[in-house]
Amino acid sequence: MMAGRLWAVIVKELWAILRDPRARIILILPPLMQLFVLGFATTLEVRNTVIGIYDRDGGAWSIELAQRIAASPNVAATLPIFSAADMRRALDRQQVIGVVSIADGFSADLAAGRGAEVQGVFDGRKSNAAQIVAGYLGTIVADLGAELQVRAAPTASVVTHWFNPNLQYLWFTMPGLVVIITTISGLGLTSQTVARERELGSFDQLMVSPLRVPEILIGKVVPPVLVGVVNASIYMILISQVFGVPLTGSVPFFYGALLLYLLALGGVGLLVSSLSQTQQQAFLGMFLVAVPAILLSGYASPVENMPPWLRLVTEADPTKHFLIVSEGVFLKNMPLWDLWSNTWPLAVIAVVTLGASAALFRARME
Amino acid sequence: MTAAPAFTAELHGVSRRFGAATALDDISIVIRPGVMSGLVGPDGAGKTTLIRLLAGLLDPTAGRVTVFGQPATRADRARVGYMPQRFGLYEDLSVIENLRLYANLRGVVARDQARRFDDLLRLTDLTGFQQRLAGRLSGGMKQKLGLACALVQTPDLLLLDEPGVGVDPVSRRELWRMVQNLTGAGIAVLWSTAYLDEAEKCDEVFLLSEGRLLHAGPPGDLTADVAGRVFGLRSPGQGRRRLLAQLMDRDDIRDATIQGGSLRLLMQPGAAPPEAAIPARPRFEDAFVDRLGGGPGGTSALAETYPLIPETGAPVIEAQGLSKRFGAFIAADNIRFDVPRGEIFGLLGPNGAGKSTTFKMLCGLLTPSSGTGRVAGHDLHHARAAARQSLGYMAQKFSLYGDLSVRQNLNFFAGVYGLHGRARRDKIAQMTDIFHLGPYLRQNAGALPLGFKQRLSLACAVMHAPPVLFLDEPTSGVDPIVRREFWSHINGLVQKGVTVLVTTHFMEEAEYCDRIQVIYRAAPIALGTPDSLKSDAAARTGDPDPTLQDAFISLIEDHDARRARTGDAA
Repeated sequence: MMAGRLWAVIVKELWAILRDPRARIILILPPLMQLFVLGFATTLEVRNTVIGIYDRDGGAWSIELAQRIAASPNVAATLPIFSAADMRRALDRQQVIGVVSIADGFSADLAAGRGAEVQGVFDGRKSNAAQIVAGYLGTIVADLGAELQVRAAPTASVVTHWFNPNLQYLWFTMPGLVVIITTISGLGLTSQTVARERELGSFDQLMVSPLRVPEILIGKVVPPVLVGVVNASIYMILISQVFGVPLTGSVPFFYGALLLYLLALGGVGLLVSSLSQTQQQAFLGMFLVAVPAILLSGYASPVENMPPWLRLVTEADPTKHFLIVSEGVFLKNMPLWDLWSNTWPLAVIAVVTLGASAALFRARME
Repeated sequence: MTAAPAFTAELHGVSRRFGAATALDDISIVIRPGVMSGLVGPDGAGKTTLIRLLAGLLDPTAGRVTVFGQPATRADRARVGYMPQRFGLYEDLSVIENLRLYANLRGVVARDQARRFDDLLRLTDLTGFQQRLAGRLSGGMKQKLGLACALVQTPDLLLLDEPGVGVDPVSRRELWRMVQNLTGAGIAVLWSTAYLDEAEKCDEVFLLSEGRLLHAGPPGDLTADVAGRVFGLRSPGQGRRRLLAQLMDRDDIRDATIQGGSLRLLMQPGAAPPEAAIPARPRFEDAFVDRLGGGPGGTSALAETYPLIPETGAPVIEAQGLSKRFGAFIAADNIRFDVPRGEIFGLLGPNGAGKSTTFKMLCGLLTPSSGTGRVAGHDLHHARAAARQSLGYMAQKFSLYGDLSVRQNLNFFAGVYGLHGRARRDKIAQMTDIFHLGPYLRQNAGALPLGFKQRLSLACAVMHAPPVLFLDEPTSGVDPIVRREFWSHINGLVQKGVTVLVTTHFMEEAEYCDRIQVIYRAAPIALGTPDSLKSDAAARTGDPDPTLQDAFISLIEDHDARRARTGDAA
């Protein structure tokens, strides 16, 4: 009896997702678009930059440096700068992202075997890009220095990036992006489901039926979970085959964690949905939850940099835990034990949110 | 230029299509000044489309819409008062602020405003509520305020789109009187409604059905068609339902309905009435059904296949002192009644009086603050699931899944009520057969014609053959043929022992009830058969032949008067 009723709800919910034109669009289009658009947009490389060169030296080595900068694949063009006022103007108008200022006597100092100084001035309004460009320029300057000092003992440390030796930004962004997109589409689907019934007027019809609250809620969570599993599988294939990100860890474990994550999302979505009277409210409510969940997940900024109290808050964010699992499985071949320590919190969150949504669902009936 | 035309607005050969659907088909009507014109028809007949055309909000697909001698889209809007179904009141503004806002929008100069507002507030009885927020007004008062806002500048043409919807009969009658008074000043009024009793009171009626104009002219012209063919037949007790079904199936009888303890018959032209039938005054609805080709047959295929619900001797629906409080607000207060097996029991009352609250407590949608309710012997509190399994529920609004196909809806509700496998397939095939849903099985339920939505809702509610049916205004706004068909099924089921609880403020529905509980201001104020309520009203008001609506209004007025007296005494 119970299984029969549950099955009827699951089938109905699946059809509701597949036949409602709005739900169908939420289902297919945005996730794929997001994967491709965000995949290429959240690039961590900085290309097509213009660098100002304020060459107060004009010697052989300063010209050599300027040419090396211009030749870098990350630099589109250089802009000659002739005065401090010029430099200020170029930065202010965003003609350049930064200026390399070469001091008078640069070539002479180098020729004499003394140390020489190069100053970099960057546009602080684009702090992230500026930092990255500063890094590039630093490398170019250091290279030049290294060539000149072959005789001297090299003091620069050699950096190796484990797990992503060539620092391919796609390797870094893609495993995170899977999590983000799964989050948005999962929340989007579940947050609509109860609100839709309320808006269409079928809610009362459902409530007078012999269905019990757990049957309704489970029936409403299963289809979005299925959709989430299908979507995530497509991303996994795309990411590893098309974008070439290595899949080093345990795939079955990933699926287990994914399932728990989707259940936790379902609980959160149902909470939002039970609180909303209309689909529009549910939609806004979904963003109210999704944005902090993503910001606190460590996708945009590392959790380790957050103040301690906020780090505590992130423990309740399922996205944070699943992000660690996803990155661990893709790049690190994380040991199962470490994965597990980030998976069981998902189960706890799922139980709590689903339970809370059932309680709320009952309370909101009145 | 010739002399000014004798009409305010005209539709000439007007059609309007929305995609493949035809909302209006070749309509030609004339709206005259100083005349109360009624635009009458069931939901989906095209009333709103016609009014929007006149208001210049839509272009016709074909034909001409003329207002004040100009195409409607170019007519002087300042001379048109338009009140859409949901008037755009600002709920966070007070009554007077709403009026001021609309007066300013309409360019009424400030020095005229005060006097105009006084007139309008007096007209609409809102003088004492000037400072109240519009959102805090009752449904009837909101409609009155909407009307006042539409009248801030005296229009030459007043378009009212179903001003009576969601308004209880008392307020509806007041609203009607207010508007009728306006025609004295030479205003042309178009009042659209799904209530056929309102049509009778109009000077002129345009009767719409499925986008076609069935009648244009004084309502008397239409009822004249059926004069001498309408009869009443006394038949108290349960036997009247069986008799009704037999009469509806007869060829010489064009239409038959239940009116309390009597049957109302419309004979075919030339056919002799049954013995003991007494001539009755024809009503607009008789004429409407006549125009539509007569009522449906009376045999319910649904009832024939329905299992017989055994008699247990105990009441099937019991309300034992049900009360519901929302904070300090008392929505229902000590409601108490029993409904025996095989009875249709009606809950009647103005909006917000507590009938829906009572209804919802009895079908388990609300938990009572105190008191208990039992359905088919199951306590609503302790045996919720069992109580629910034994009831079928049909809401006033179509509340199935519009995006799902008819078959998916049937599958879902069958599954929810515990039908599986072969039993389910058989049941769905049976329902498809009974309600002629075959051609629609793959279509989205939301896109069904209104009559079929009605059938599907009923099919989903009775698939599990419940002994109790809960109906919430089941036939509000549907055309009289669909309503007759629906009540034929209900009558048939009742004869099989099904017990029915129905809330309504449609008097046509209330007439089908065995007994009616009138609820007003959260408390029961009267309980009786439709006939006894009517005869009580006759004794009270002196009206020899009151309708159920008259009886209802008199009950409420009487109650208010008594409250006022005791209030004065205290």
